[in-house]
Amino acid sequence: MAETVLPKLEVTPQNPLVVGAGASLIEISNLSLFYGKSRALKDVSLKIRERVVTAFIGPSGCGKSTLLRCLNRMNDLIDGVRIEGSAKIGGHDIYAPDVDVIELRKRVGMVFQKSNPFPKSIYDNVAYGLKLQGVTSKGELDTAVEQSLIGAALWDEVKDRLQSSALGLSGGQQQRLCIARAIAVKPEIILMDEPASALDPIATSRVEDLILELRKDFTIVIVTHNMQQATRISDETAFFYMGELIESGPTQKIFTMPKQKRTEDYVTGRFG
Amino acid sequence: MPQQQHQGKLTSGWMGIHRGHKARPLEWLAEKFIFLVSLSTILMVFLIFVFVAREALPIFLGKENSALIKPVIPPADIDKLKSEELRAYLNLTEKQFQKMDRETKVDLMLVKQEAQSEIPERLLNDPDAKLNTTEWGAMLKPRQWASYNKPEYIWQPIGQIHKYNIIPLFVGSLKITIIGLLFAVPLAVGAAIYISQLARPRVREVVKPVIEMLSGIPSVVVGFFALLIMATVMQKVFGYETRLNAFVAGVALSFSVIPLVFSIAEDALTSVPRSYTQGALALGASRWQTAWQIVLPAATPGVFAAVVLGFGRAIGETMIVLMVCSASVMSWSIFDSARSITTTIAAEMAEAVAGGHHYRILFMLGAILFAVTFVSNMLGELVIHRLKHKMEGKR
Ligand SMILES: Nc1ncnc2c1ncn2[C@@H]1O[C@H](COP(=O)(O)OP(=O)(O)OP(=O)(O)O)[C@@H](O)[C@H]1O
Ligand SMILES: [Mg+2]
Repeated sequence: MAETVLPKLEVTPQNPLVVGAGASLIEISNLSLFYGKSRALKDVSLKIRERVVTAFIGPSGCGKSTLLRCLNRMNDLIDGVRIEGSAKIGGHDIYAPDVDVIELRKRVGMVFQKSNPFPKSIYDNVAYGLKLQGVTSKGELDTAVEQSLIGAALWDEVKDRLQSSALGLSGGQQQRLCIARAIAVKPEIILMDEPASALDPIATSRVEDLILELRKDFTIVIVTHNMQQATRISDETAFFYMGELIESGPTQKIFTMPKQKRTEDYVTGRFG
Repeated sequence: MPQQQHQGKLTSGWMGIHRGHKARPLEWLAEKFIFLVSLSTILMVFLIFVFVAREALPIFLGKENSALIKPVIPPADIDKLKSEELRAYLNLTEKQFQKMDRETKVDLMLVKQEAQSEIPERLLNDPDAKLNTTEWGAMLKPRQWASYNKPEYIWQPIGQIHKYNIIPLFVGSLKITIIGLLFAVPLAVGAAIYISQLARPRVREVVKPVIEMLSGIPSVVVGFFALLIMATVMQKVFGYETRLNAFVAGVALSFSVIPLVFSIAEDALTSVPRSYTQGALALGASRWQTAWQIVLPAATPGVFAAVVLGFGRAIGETMIVLMVCSASVMSWSIFDSARSITTTIAAEMAEAVAGGHHYRILFMLGAILFAVTFVSNMLGELVIHRLKHKMEGKR
């Protein structure tokens, strides 16, 4: 996989770009995914732009998580998964036979719905990804850990207890630690699967602030069930229904004047 | 209103006001039954220990005397002794003593006298023959026996002079156990990591039951196999002198330890949450790195528990060791024969006279073994507790 050669675009929530228009970082075309015989994704085509927060919304079971996992090939771990079509990142097909999945996952980080810090110290949690990449110098690790924790808005709360176990943190802190762990390795893309669904409103708003902060440096794809959250933090939104991409575009447009009836029904809460 | 109802009908069972066994009598019964069952197992363990310790008590208290030559009191002097002295001399319990009439006592004294007079001449001036070999000093320290040219640790319970040095047995047990664990633990834990983390489901379905089936093989059979085949093959491969030695015994022993350690370690590794594995893989760890750096450390308490239980199994295993090597040689070399504590008990208990010093020493060995296993399990439990606490971030 080569570095992306795209020019960095200035994107703000007020000035969002249209998904599918112009060059983009992630290009999914005609992607279908089968779990055994059942088809979870049907001919999904979608472009995701660099340094933009893209939200996936849709009713439960419509395939949001499945599509998200396609982007770092976490679906490979599930037995009996078959994929048709292509997904390209930076112009390279990530399902091409020569792709090193491990390299791919280092460039496409992931934050899970349920926070899953390792049962290690806070420091080791954040440093683990870097150690995997062969960083051994203590100084380098120390700075990276500090930077990532600051980036994840967690530093002030944990700076005095870096060596104590991460499992002693609160749920919200654990989720921010997982975000710190993901950004420590400086991926190009961060995938987030309902990162705030298990958090209280205060912790949620901290994570949301954090996402708005992170979009300056990372391309973020986030799955959410919370419509307000989607409008607050995303620039672009894709709506899925029964494994199909129904509609995608700037978040404002999707929420205020969707083209499809089903999208309108969903975002206004008439079904879901 | 509700207040009144509450007070008035406290015993009538309104909305579960009934407490304890009145509300759910069957559950209460079942609970008490299970409690009794678990209590009785604890009681059993306790009773066994009490029994073993009681039989061994005279040794612990230094009340036995195994010296070959003891002072003789002629039967004619029976009336000069106080009854208490006579009882001690005849080595009888109070009950036995009271039941016996004078005649029998005199007979017993005669027997004693005769036994002493039958001692061969060459032993009469031997200091060994006057030694009480059940004293702690004789059991723990080396002694230069007659016709030996240096002090040695010797276990030779049968013979005119009973040599009861228990050090060779402990060394033997330790050697065999350590060799067994050195073989079993890496293999079992390695297999557990492979089966729980790396193997494809197909492979797992075949290999896991096969390894666990190993524990179903009777240890006599394993011992038989080790005695006939392994010993010969290993002697050819390593070229050592003694065919049946601690090394062969340890390796054979590992066959019975591996399934135990494997299945507990595998459980521990499998129960590490999948979310840890996913987190590591999503960071770009390989499956191997995930298993080794994330899953194994997360499962250390369980894996450690497996090792502790494996130790208990190894030190308690009797049959395999009994069949593969049995001479009690005092040597730290793993290529010399060795006799473990359990083997000694199993092999000699049948020929030891009930109530005699040999019998009591065997029980003492059993009590010590019991204590060692108990203490090692307790320590293991402590370490596991610490590990868990540290991991969960409690201080
Ligand atoms: N591991 C799996 N094996 C088989 N089927 C699966 C698997 N994971 C998901 N599916 C199926 O694929 C479909 C899409 O699931 P997915 O998890 O992507 O939905 P989702 O949009 O993320 O739902 P939610 O909002 O509830 O998380 C569902 O019908 C689900 O049952
Ligand atoms: Mg999902």
